[in-house]
Amino acid sequence: MSALELAQQLKAKFADLISDPVEFRGEVSLKVLDAERMPEVCVYAKAELGFDYLVDLSSVDNYGDDPRFTMVYELYGYGHRCHLRLKTDVSEEKSELPTVSTIWRTANWHEREIYDMMGVRFRGHPDLRRILMWEGYPYFPLRKDFPLAGKSSELPEVAFTKPAPLEGGPFVTIAGGKDRIAREPRVRIPETDALDTNARLERRKDIQEAHGHSHGPGPVEKAK
Amino acid sequence: MQTSTELGYNSKIEGDVIVTRIDAALGWFRKNSLWPMPMGLACCAIELMAAGASRFDIARFGSEVMRFSPRQSDVMIVAGTVTYKMAMAVKRIYDQMPEPKWVIAMGACASTGGMYRSYAVLQGVDRIIPVDVYVAGCPPRPEALLDALIKLQGKVANEPVLRLPKEAAK
Repeated sequence: MSALELAQQLKAKFADLISDPVEFRGEVSLKVLDAERMPEVCVYAKAELGFDYLVDLSSVDNYGDDPRFTMVYELYGYGHRCHLRLKTDVSEEKSELPTVSTIWRTANWHEREIYDMMGVRFRGHPDLRRILMWEGYPYFPLRKDFPLAGKSSELPEVAFTKPAPLEGGPFVTIAGGKDRIAREPRVRIPETDALDTNARLERRKDIQEAHGHSHGPGPVEKAK
Repeated sequence: MQTSTELGYNSKIEGDVIVTRIDAALGWFRKNSLWPMPMGLACCAIELMAAGASRFDIARFGSEVMRFSPRQSDVMIVAGTVTYKMAMAVKRIYDQMPEPKWVIAMGACASTGGMYRSYAVLQGVDRIIPVDVYVAGCPPRPEALLDALIKLQGKVANEPVLRLPKEAAK
């Protein structure tokens, strides 16, 4: 019983609902064309085909494409030891699909995470609330239009949150460069990522202009 | 002729009474019995545990009991990444500690947010509570934490104790 055979059995049962199985590097995936009927497919996969373990349930933000979100279900069976991947699309206007937490209990937290990070709701979920960010956080962080530094929001009773100081980052080492400070500057200005100059000394004015504040001289200046 | 080691204080000459100032005495008592409240949030907590274990014994410095109850502790060691969600709990626990209290921010994440410059991480626990000693490192070695504790002891020993009521009376 290989994964491909199981996938073909699934395709045979739900002929129009599922696309043809795609195999890539030994992994088989299927696309379910209607997200609303996902629980039906999952019940069949668990009961008849023996996929009793939901390894992962994650979401992809196809920012710019319609439908915007893709849910990816990784299934595994301890009996036949095969993996299977099911994908389904959810559009941004709908942002909702039925839950599979009644089929595999682990989906409870996975779906809460998807709701927290992407904003996709799950109908029938016993307790759909944020799991990583705090209650009342107004944004959905893992969407592609949300900046890494975050946006300002209220932290009830404690503080305000402001966007984190990225200083031109995220930081990747600049190839070349005469010393460590040139290769890994503390502050990055992409236009003047100079390789031959002492990053801290000569760039201090550039940093001041770009970011509004600059850091102090540092150890290299004292050696002069 | 003295064959035994000469201590700074010789009870045969000075008697069994030491005269000192309350500030000095209370400071000495406090600094040698700083009970930590380990706010162990992430990887730095492992190094905090290592500092509490036998090789880098933190109990030598008086931090004998890691009191997980804030009401019975003196110093809160914030060890690990403080996320915004956890920050609410950290602030509440800090408020529950009785005076006098101090805070050690252990590791890069607690000091400044560390490598996590993102939407979910508080950029330094000093945004919500006052910190006395920062320990750099990711994670800092247990010896670095002990060094921080010694620095904190120096700060605690010099804190004025009795000056406060006089200022309140003004």
